[in-house]
Amino acid sequence: MTMPFYASPEQIMRDRSEYARKGIARGRSVVVLRYTGGVLFVAENASSALHKVSEIYDRIGFAAVGMYNEFENLRVAGIRLADMRGYSYDRRDVTARALANGYAQTLGSLFTDQQKPYEVELCVAEVGDTPDGDQMYRISYDGTINDEPDFLVMGGQAEALTTEVRRTFTDGLDLGEALGVAVRGLGSVGGNGTPRTLPANQLEVAVLDRTRGTRKFKRVEGAALTALLPTDSSAAPADPAPADTPPHDADGGSSNGSGGDASS
Amino acid sequence: MSIERFRGADAIPGVLRHAMSPGSSSFTEFLSTAAPDLLPHPHLVSDLAPHGTTIVAAVYDGGVVMAGDRRATMGNLIAQRDIEKVLAADEYTLIGAAGTAGIGIELVRLYQVELEHYEKIEGTQLTLDGKANRLATMIRGNLGLAMQGLAVVPLFAGFDTMAADPATAGRIFSFDAAGGCYPERYFDGVGSGSGFAKSSLKKRWRPSMSADEVVRVSVEALYDAADEDSATGGPDLVRQIFPVVMLASADGTTRVPDSDLDVVVRAIVDERRDQPGT
Repeated sequence: MTMPFYASPEQIMRDRSEYARKGIARGRSVVVLRYTGGVLFVAENASSALHKVSEIYDRIGFAAVGMYNEFENLRVAGIRLADMRGYSYDRRDVTARALANGYAQTLGSLFTDQQKPYEVELCVAEVGDTPDGDQMYRISYDGTINDEPDFLVMGGQAEALTTEVRRTFTDGLDLGEALGVAVRGLGSVGGNGTPRTLPANQLEVAVLDRTRGTRKFKRVEGAALTALLPTDSSAAPADPAPADTPPHDADGGSSNGSGGDASS
Repeated sequence: MSIERFRGADAIPGVLRHAMSPGSSSFTEFLSTAAPDLLPHPHLVSDLAPHGTTIVAAVYDGGVVMAGDRRATMGNLIAQRDIEKVLAADEYTLIGAAGTAGIGIELVRLYQVELEHYEKIEGTQLTLDGKANRLATMIRGNLGLAMQGLAVVPLFAGFDTMAADPATAGRIFSFDAAGGCYPERYFDGVGSGSGFAKSSLKKRWRPSMSADEVVRVSVEALYDAADEDSATGGPDLVRQIFPVVMLASADGTTRVPDSDLDVVVRAIVDERRDQPGT
């Protein structure tokens, strides 16, 4: 007779958490923060085709880190759910809170029921008519959901980055200043101690702009992005990527010739 | 516990259950599995449901105009005086639905979500021809209703952002109840008064007209249709109800404000008063 296999529930959960956390930390970070005009998403992402930030609905945006195929699956599911709710009720009845709860429910169940947890961390943000109405939710791989008041940082060296952003973030930043906070924050990690300067082609930037019409989500790209980027170049020139990204982030591969590898 | 359950579509719990299963970028296809009851498929309603009537579209130098009257009828009665049958389908396209109003409006709503859904999931818009073909498929799905006399035949027009020459980028597509999709070169109309409206356009529309000129001839075409067809409403100067006139151009879709239409309609009425025979 073989010995029956036994692992305590605590051990199983700990192992799964560790597995998911490691996966998420391998990628590069995303910063989501409030500015006076709405919500700003900034992701370090060398790919212009495989997005980490996306539109979900009129007032709702989505950002994610971790395994691309897993969060892409969740992104599509979110768009489907939002569109179905908006179609069957009204466009104003689609809320970030409901969507965040849906994600939390799904990720929570996947975490306990499946052999392998999803290695993702999500942000669902909603822009209100006034800054008081802005909402940002962080949903973790195990279904934990948090309502963040000012900003949130996910993926990569999230702790160091959170400290940096907390140091520089203040209420009432305009778009350029908020982008500066996020970009300098992202550049402060991954450079082996020296700050990196991230050029526009290494960044994926989008806003939920409360002044826009029905659909508030807008990507900030090309010349518009370059014009907004902080101009201080006291930092070292671009160091394209922390070396440990490839397996988990679609954007990190050295085979990605158009990425930052050639630009330094 | 078994490994077979790992990431099986059935194993996805919660409200995202259907949304997490693999599928295409089509919202209609998703809805047909996740919530088929939400798809437009009304029961036999025949005369009880209000009908919408005349829609015209005509190209101009740099875009396309679509205009629709505001009347909905129920048998011999006027069901509504200010219904809006011409709508923006997305940023660059217009859609107008003639036929049973309830089904038409629902079809347009579904189509609007369909285009937005595709754009959000794929990160890019469908081409203008792709949008027209998609609409044809959705009409084909309503063929059973068409057989019962509840046909909805839309008119579709848009600005083709990929056209080589912006002057000729305004394009029109017409459809039949069986789902056929036909590109039109100059102008077209649908609905019970469309024969009169098209005859009117045939005499007044000219190539390379400006947007203002085409707005004028389109409103005039609706005026002619309302003159002959009881189910098409003319402009109502007393209640200030004017046709819905929309443009699709490189700047996107815009609706011509009522204040502008007031001027256009008064000019038409004055001209007709001078020539009562026309």
